[in-house]
Amino acid sequence: MNATLILAAFWRHLELCFLSVGLGTLTAVTLGVYLYYRPRAASLWLGLTGALQTIPSLALYGLFLPVLGIGLLPAVTALTLYSLTPILRATLVSLREVDPTLTEAARGMGMDRWQILRRVLLPLARPGILSGIRMSTMYIISWATLAAFIGAGGLGDLVLGGIYNYDIRLILAGALPAVLLAFLCGAGFDRLARRFSIPGGTPHE
Amino acid sequence: MNEILTMTLQHLSLSLQGVFWAVLVGIPLGLAAYRRERFRSVIFTVSEWLQIFPTLALLALLIFIWGLSDTTLIAALFLYSLLPIVVATHAGLTGISPSIREAAFGLGMNRRQFFWRVQLPLSLPHLLNGIRVALVTAVGITTVGVLVGAGGLGKPIWRGIQTQNTPMILSGALPAAALAIGIDWAGQWLEKRIMPWKRNQEDF
Repeated sequence: MNATLILAAFWRHLELCFLSVGLGTLTAVTLGVYLYYRPRAASLWLGLTGALQTIPSLALYGLFLPVLGIGLLPAVTALTLYSLTPILRATLVSLREVDPTLTEAARGMGMDRWQILRRVLLPLARPGILSGIRMSTMYIISWATLAAFIGAGGLGDLVLGGIYNYDIRLILAGALPAVLLAFLCGAGFDRLARRFSIPGGTPHE
Repeated sequence: MNEILTMTLQHLSLSLQGVFWAVLVGIPLGLAAYRRERFRSVIFTVSEWLQIFPTLALLALLIFIWGLSDTTLIAALFLYSLLPIVVATHAGLTGISPSIREAAFGLGMNRRQFFWRVQLPLSLPHLLNGIRVALVTAVGITTVGVLVGAGGLGKPIWRGIQTQNTPMILSGALPAAALAIGIDWAGQWLEKRIMPWKRNQEDF
């Protein structure tokens, strides 16, 4: 066990999480905005992403293996799908919670739909959306350890090695950085949400 | 085919056992959190930390206590299910309005009657929701149980991944996915059935 090995696994883990949560955020926020304007389709999409999320991760990796093979691609695909639900839910709920008098006022000032979205709805919903992204990030950091099963690397590799060699130090070398990373990300998101919060906006957490 | 059914039932049984212990311990903890403010922060902090801890690593560490066995898996399931149950119990209890409390004591109920006849039934929606979430999560974690020598559907998936055998992977992955989604839907159906007032609510 050496420091370079741990550091490499850590970076790989960071890469996995960053890619998945980034892609997941882009998809889920876009979808959430779309569903805000199309409320009738909302329950269908929420049901779909919800069902995706309940699929056990090892099973999902298994289902992707024949199509996407092993490595980074299937891991990021699965983790991205897992990150969708909390962000989608948070986006939709936060947008709906925005006081209608505010959008009304914006329309009265002559803003068009796009301007209302960009300058009123999204800024007000931001803390709520951030709490959704925070939740996804925490989960993904933990679940990304399972990506080691399909050869995607990351901190899970160290844990697996620890199981095979019955070496508790190796297990901890995989687990503790992951916990630390989750903790730091959580604190970071809280700070970000506090900075972005504006009067009348949705609450964070 | 028979073998798949056996493994699916075994999978379900392992998940249920883990959640069962979590319900048994989690409800009193949730109650304690509701009654004592100091307990609340301790219990919530500990369960949250447990939740952040990677599943794989927790399973790996528990091997050092219970070896390669079903017990190791059940212990991990118990620890992971604890947070949803405690949070749900606590949320259910705090959600009861003071006016209902007043009314119950006004009717002459003592504390025990108030708990069994008012608090518990009224917090049922939250509790059932918590148990459903815990059980679905447990089905997911049980697939990983193969690494600590536990049974269930993780075995064919894991073996199939290692030998690049697609039919073998699917024989574990499909029932596992169906089991998780089935429990989720059955739970939601049950919640709406027991609590008709939730029927027209959108699922958030």
